Amino acid sequence: VEILLPSLVRGAGIGSTYALLAVSFVVIYRATEVVNFAQPALMILGAYFTSVFVVSLELPFAVGVLAAMVVMAAIGAVTERVAMRPLVGQPVFSAAMVTVGVFIVLTMVASRLIGPEILTVGHPWGVEQVQVGGFRFAQVDFAKVFIALGAIALVGLLLGRSRIGLAMRATSLDQETALAQGVNVGRMFSISWALSAALAALAGMLIATSAGGIAAISALVALKALPVIILGGLDSIKGSVVAGLIIGVAESLTASYQASYAPWLGANFEVVVPYVILIVSLMIRPYGLYGTPEVQRV
Amino acid sequence: MSTPRSLRRGRPELYSDYAADQALWNTSAKRWSTIALLLIALSLPWFLNRDHLTLATYVVVYAISGIGLNIVSGFAGQISLGHAIFMGFGAYTAALLGGSPSTTAFGTVRGYELDLLIWLPMAGLVPALIGWLFAPLAARVRGLYLAILTLGLLFVGEHFLKESAWLTGGAGLGRKPASPTVLGFDLYARRTVLGTELSQIGVFYLFALLVLVVLAVLGRNLTRTRQGRAFSAIRDRDIAAEVMGVPLLRTKRLAFTLSSFYAGIGGALYTIAVGGLTPERWNLQLSIDFLAVVLIGGVATISGPIIGAAFVVLMPRFIETFAGSIPFISATVGGTGIMNVFEFQRLLFGVMIILFLVLEPRGLFGVWIRVRNYFKAWPFSY
Repeated sequence: VEILLPSLVRGAGIGSTYALLAVSFVVIYRATEVVNFAQPALMILGAYFTSVFVVSLELPFAVGVLAAMVVMAAIGAVTERVAMRPLVGQPVFSAAMVTVGVFIVLTMVASRLIGPEILTVGHPWGVEQVQVGGFRFAQVDFAKVFIALGAIALVGLLLGRSRIGLAMRATSLDQETALAQGVNVGRMFSISWALSAALAALAGMLIATSAGGIAAISALVALKALPVIILGGLDSIKGSVVAGLIIGVAESLTASYQASYAPWLGANFEVVVPYVILIVSLMIRPYGLYGTPEVQRV
Repeated sequence: MSTPRSLRRGRPELYSDYAADQALWNTSAKRWSTIALLLIALSLPWFLNRDHLTLATYVVVYAISGIGLNIVSGFAGQISLGHAIFMGFGAYTAALLGGSPSTTAFGTVRGYELDLLIWLPMAGLVPALIGWLFAPLAARVRGLYLAILTLGLLFVGEHFLKESAWLTGGAGLGRKPASPTVLGFDLYARRTVLGTELSQIGVFYLFALLVLVVLAVLGRNLTRTRQGRAFSAIRDRDIAAEVMGVPLLRTKRLAFTLSSFYAGIGGALYTIAVGGLTPERWNLQLSIDFLAVVLIGGVATISGPIIGAAFVVLMPRFIETFAGSIPFISATVGGTGIMNVFEFQRLLFGVMIILFLVLEPRGLFGVWIRVRNYFKAWPFSY
């Protein structure tokens, strides 16, 4: 139990970050049916801007994070307008490959801005620990869970209750019909990208709270959101939360126990656990826990 | 039944039977240009220096793996982001069978020092077997799901390679590649051919070119067969193909197996041109490079990946050479200017993928088709 409980909490912390990233994928997928492979770059840029605002400009932490999210939202919207809009009506594969191109470009920009340094975001939680019933947990893990789930709940409210959310859901159902009903479909695409980039920035901040900060190269961590969206279902926000927590906890449990129970899997096996879950979940349930099964027409 | 010569004169595209229409060289222009290009490629070792020959060898091995990716992703339409790991499996099969044992900080690295006639086929067959085993999984999902699945395979495979120190020498250390020796004849040694002494890489380049020609002709022939047409049917609409009697699993399996075979051979030859191999080399970036080879070259063609490979390999060097003349680029890491040359290469690479997909989805091959059609129809515009 001394190992189990802290691993569970740590797993929930990582998992909720993954869930947040997964939601940022889902928002774009629902609007445009494209899996946005550029998300890791958006995430690392978000972490960079948070670091600039909080550490260099010494803004209050919350203000800095919000400012970074606004900047990233603008970058996301511009990217959509420049790179993705010309591809409306093209095969989904082309659009996905363009996001790979965007990924390369933005990663380059990010690593140019960050350089070889390690990013820290100057977060207020530090390395302090909380004592609950005789167990010690890192404060930052609770912060991750609250912030990530809070942000996801806000997005859920926005999509479910607001006028814009209704328009976005209409767009994801059928773009042409939505257009005929007076929805500005192009603007919905922009909003989706902006929202998604802002969420990625928030997730980047949460990832950068890890001890010692993050380097530009750790952008690929964001790809762990892919197993999450596959397990949860590509178009389901609820699925993202559940699957994010499952995968985060699985990863942290592996980190705690694999070395003593299955050493033949090699060191650092927890890094690939999400992908093993991904492969298994595609075998058993390709559309995920809460996803909509794809209807195929000839 | 072939058309009499007198009738064909002045009508190069008159076909009266399917065999002529479907022939490898269905026009004489194609025949002569292929022969000319081949002769130029063969003569390169006598003209280029060692540095440029190494680049040419990279082009050849990239083309081999690129054709492999085009079989599964271009012809059969099954997007794979895991191509790099199949190359890695091929490279390590070759290194295990053909390399020599050594010791690193992680322990002993095995090597059996076998002949190229054994390790080169095995470098193709072992990845092919892995592809064959992986295919039933891949056949369950399509489109972007498949891309994500192969991405998962890539990460798991990369982990396996990093942890198998007995095979790979361990993360960050690596090992020596297989030695290219055929029955005691070393293909990576200085040789005097036609009165000129060729460099080591020059001799190896000729061998790699031979492999490329054989595999390219095989690939081109494959696309003209029943199986090749089944690939296209699956790419265009897999359910419709199934209704027409194309066995989905078997065809997809064949595509994955063949593609992994090409990848493995390409990977094995690549490591010899590089001179060493580390388990980190077979990562997502390499996979994306190969997608670029296919996308920039031309989807669902055999000549496309060859053009694409030339482009992807030579463009960075081209930029490096001319970096001094571009104002905002610094030639060294940490120099002044907005970015250094390596960052500019990656940036341009991403921009190229975007531009080709947006403006010319058929790639450089499509550009060539346009140019050709323009001159074919000249002086008319259509």
